[in-house]
Amino acid sequence: MHRRVLPGFGISLGYAVSYLGLIVLLPLAALAWKASGIGGEGLLRLLSSPRTLAALKLSFGGALLAALINAFIGLLVAWALVRYRFPGRRLFDALIDLPFALPTAVAGIALTALYAPNGWLGRWLVPLGIQVAYAPLGVLLAMVFVGFPFVVRTLQPVLQSLDRDVEEAAESLGASRWQTFARVILPVLVPTLLTGFALALARAVGEYGSVIFIAGNIPMRSEIAPLLIVQKLEAFDYAGAAALGVVMLSFSFLLLILISLLQRWSNRWEERAA
Amino acid sequence: MKKRTVLLAIVGTLMAASAMAKDVTLLNASYDPTRELYKDVNQAFAAQWKAQHGDTVTIQMSHGGSGKQARSVVDGLPADVVTLALAYDVDAVADHGLLAKDWQKRLPDNASPYTSTIVFLVRKGNPKGIKDWPDLLKPGVKVITPNPKTSGGARWNFLAAWGYALKQPGGNEVKARAFVRDLYRQVPVLDTGARGATNTFAQRGIGDVLLAWENEALLSQRELGKDGFQIVLPSISILAEPPVAIVDKNVDQHGTREVADAYLKFLYSPQGQELEAKHFYRPRSAEVARKYAAQFPKVNTFTIDELGGWRQAQAKFFADGAIFDQIGPGN
Repeated sequence: MHRRVLPGFGISLGYAVSYLGLIVLLPLAALAWKASGIGGEGLLRLLSSPRTLAALKLSFGGALLAALINAFIGLLVAWALVRYRFPGRRLFDALIDLPFALPTAVAGIALTALYAPNGWLGRWLVPLGIQVAYAPLGVLLAMVFVGFPFVVRTLQPVLQSLDRDVEEAAESLGASRWQTFARVILPVLVPTLLTGFALALARAVGEYGSVIFIAGNIPMRSEIAPLLIVQKLEAFDYAGAAALGVVMLSFSFLLLILISLLQRWSNRWEERAA
Repeated sequence: MKKRTVLLAIVGTLMAASAMAKDVTLLNASYDPTRELYKDVNQAFAAQWKAQHGDTVTIQMSHGGSGKQARSVVDGLPADVVTLALAYDVDAVADHGLLAKDWQKRLPDNASPYTSTIVFLVRKGNPKGIKDWPDLLKPGVKVITPNPKTSGGARWNFLAAWGYALKQPGGNEVKARAFVRDLYRQVPVLDTGARGATNTFAQRGIGDVLLAWENEALLSQRELGKDGFQIVLPSISILAEPPVAIVDKNVDQHGTREVADAYLKFLYSPQGQELEAKHFYRPRSAEVARKYAAQFPKVNTFTIDELGGWRQAQAKFFADGAIFDQIGPGN
């Protein structure tokens, strides 16, 4: 008979399932239940409003773009932190987590203070016609800020465990530096990079606190979907708010499924290659 | 001799107090700008109650956006009293059966012990020459006001502008709608709350004029120095009446009705009125108002009742798909 390493499989499985149910599924079920009050026609009207569509587009478009930027910059930063020794490296390493620890409203206020037309950076950028604060670009910036640690922190351990021998072998077999990166290193990193991307994306989609301060919140231009939810709550429209919440949740869920499919595909591809 | 009497009195009070003193706690759910006001009011009321009854009252505060506070009370925040930005939010609490629907008749002056109005805050020297509502529509003038859908204060701003347009010679609803539509086209940032809008205007340097509660405008003038900003009173504005009410269901459960009632009545007392004036709210008492006449110049106001009351105004202007949504882009 096959023996499991850890005893008490039944108990731990039961615990995991009930915990998941209590912490994640129950609130989601309550949300769906509240949302059902809006009815099919109400949902259709909500979804066909140009304002809702514009807000959803900004929230998801901004989050996708922010996660992409984070995936790219995060890879560079993680690489530098793992592979190079430079003065202040540990300090930089510790700073990466700061966006996690900071209350998001504080981050929003700090970014706004920097990029407002009278801010340190804003006073140089605005005359050049680059408006960050109170524009869609500000939304993107806040989303990049809050999502940044995810990519770095997921990549770091994988980069650390990456054997240098493999690179040396590739080099001795005549691969160029680009070939070594693209065909030896990157394939190993892709699944982890996707995880970091997914985390950064999820965080950016749901972000409210920091974005609200820098966005300007002008309908059709810089209004994010979570703000529309808050507006509905202020009008005591619980069903409408919940319905929009469910719509956002479904989108996010689809995106996350897509990413995990990509991950499985890249894993399989890697196994076949190996 | 005199000393002994005092001593006796003190001992007597102490004994009486220890024999029957109880500790009472009240929770006041209020909106954001009242933080400083209620800190003083609570202290003064606790001292008065202690002197009169020997009991120690501790008043806990919960601050937040007015609408959010109303929702919290509906959802079970055990507030004994609510002191909110507009009657509609208290109505919402009443609609859920937490207090009597005629709450606004249970205290004098529409249950608003203090009032305020909507004024313009402009930059030093008033460089854009803003004197009245039409000046806000001039090309190049940027107006800062929060989103009426998320901010109680912003709803007063919207209604003040609406009322102005309506009351002009030949004014009607069509013209009022055009006026507020043009006004909101001048708004580059729609903050979610009144304090946020004040920050955008004062700290970030955005905009030429801030539509604000008079109490917020006077406060930012004091905090940020008189030479930074000037207050401009428009020819006509709205009388903002922030209401207060006892949450019947909660006080009955806590057994705090008597002290909660005294607490709200304290807001109407000379001492309470004085504190409110000190914190830049217009007092109802004529006597205290006279004393602070320099701080509160006379302004021509109309009330929300002229627009049919809060319930009607909410449905007509701020509900989903109502006038504010119609004048904005994307609808």
